[in-house]
Order: sequence, then C-alpha cells, then structure tokens
Amino acid sequence: MEPNQQNKLDKDPKFIMRTAIFQANFKNLDSIREYVARAAKDAGFDEAGIYAIQLAADEASSNIIEHAYKTDDEGEIECTCNLDGDNLVIVFRDHGLSYEPDSIPQPNLTSKLNKRQIGGLGLYLIHQLMDEVHYESFDEVGNVLTLKKRIKG
Amino acid sequence: MEIVTQKFKHCDLIIVKGRVDSYTAPKLGEAIDIINNEGRYKIVLDLSGLEFMSSAGFRTMLMGQRTCKRYNRGEIVLASLPKRTQEALDLTGFTTLFKIFPDQVSAVGNF
Repeated sequence: MEPNQQNKLDKDPKFIMRTAIFQANFKNLDSIREYVARAAKDAGFDEAGIYAIQLAADEASSNIIEHAYKTDDEGEIECTCNLDGDNLVIVFRDHGLSYEPDSIPQPNLTSKLNKRQIGGLGLYLIHQLMDEVHYESFDEVGNVLTLKKRIKG
Repeated sequence: MEIVTQKFKHCDLIIVKGRVDSYTAPKLGEAIDIINNEGRYKIVLDLSGLEFMSSAGFRTMLMGQRTCKRYNRGEIVLASLPKRTQEALDLTGFTTLFKIFPDQVSAVGNF
C-alpha cells in the first residue's frame, strides 16, 4: 500500500472537527455549502463526493429553514462536521418545530409530468446521497439531523 | 446566480450562470413567467454555466414545464446540462421530463 493511501485510512491529522452557526435564511445556503465542502475536501472526498455532500447539506438546511422555522429567519442552524472512522459525519441542530421527515411520502420518480409531486424531493435526495440519515426531535427544544457518508477519495 | 435571456425566432433562450438553490430559484421562475406572460412557451434553458442546482431548481423547472407543455403549446428543453446536476436530476427521475441537448445550438434547433 502506498504511503498516501495508508494515511487516508488512519484518522487524518489534518482533519479538524468544526462547528459553525448560521442564521436560518435561504441567503446563507451558499455559506453552508462552502462550509461542508471544505470539511468534505479535508476529509478526502473526491469532486463527486464533495458535490453530493454540498447538495445533501443544502437540502437539509432548506428543510430546516422552511419547516422547522417556517421560513421566518429568527432561528439558527448549528452545523458540526467530524470524522467517525471512515465516515464524514455532519450534524444539523436547530431550535425549531419538529419537521418529521419520516412522515413525508417518497416522491414518485416515474409518474407523468402533471402527476409528479413537488414535495419530498429534498428529503429523498438526502437519503440517496448520504449513507446514513438519522433524525431526532426533542419536544420544545429542537431537532438533530445526522448525515453520514463514507469517505471515497 | 445570473440570468440572461434572448429571443430567437422560434423560441426563447434563458442562460443560467451560477448556483440555483432555494434563495435564487425564484428568479429563474420569474424569468420563465415573464416569457410565458408574453404568450411564449418554447424555451431553451442553457445550463453550461450552472455550478449547482438543488431540488428548489428542479421544482422550478418542473412547474415551468407544466405550464409550457399545457395545450401542447411548447416545452422547456435543457442544453449543456453539467454532469453533477444531471446525476442529481437522474436520482429524482426528472431527466425523463425534459429533452436534453449537448449544446445551445442543437437545443434551439429543436424548435
């Protein structure tokens, strides 16, 4: 095994766990994407992986802004990126309403144009792009959404 | 995100540059609406400069396509769809809803 490859399998000393807080407003989606992209890059993902992580993070944040905070931007989204073995783990915490992702029906991917439903796409994408998705809701406190993706460089 | 529009004889061209997400997707929707309000429903969406698109963008394109295809009066076609966006569109099954052309010229030629 080449020295380079060996390094990727050990916990990369260059990777730093990081947390940032964003105001829950669509105009901050750019910043959130940049933030997770940097973490993904440091973790060793290739370009496709970095894009997938940005997209999942965008969809997750958009859901929080729209459903947890009902698009009123007084809330905050806390985003933490960390390594767990071979996985990048991204956690989104908010103090909004429960948005129960499990109750959203899966979109129909093959129905005709007029029958396609508009909702649920973001959540579906998150599940397709990430290896693990966990959602927890805490009464009166907020939600924790955990996304995990195995590092492929 | 930047939008530039151009009128051709048989269709309208919308060139999208940058990132389409929940914040910027409404601007794309507006550009489509403006064309539709003029009674025009044949649109080429040139995505060669697209860096990113979330499901907000997919929804905007879907709603535009519904309007344009109604009464068979037209459609939205996509030109120069970037690889990453195509992959995400494929995941959601949306690529079957649009004709996709490798470049602007062939897309405009569709009309």
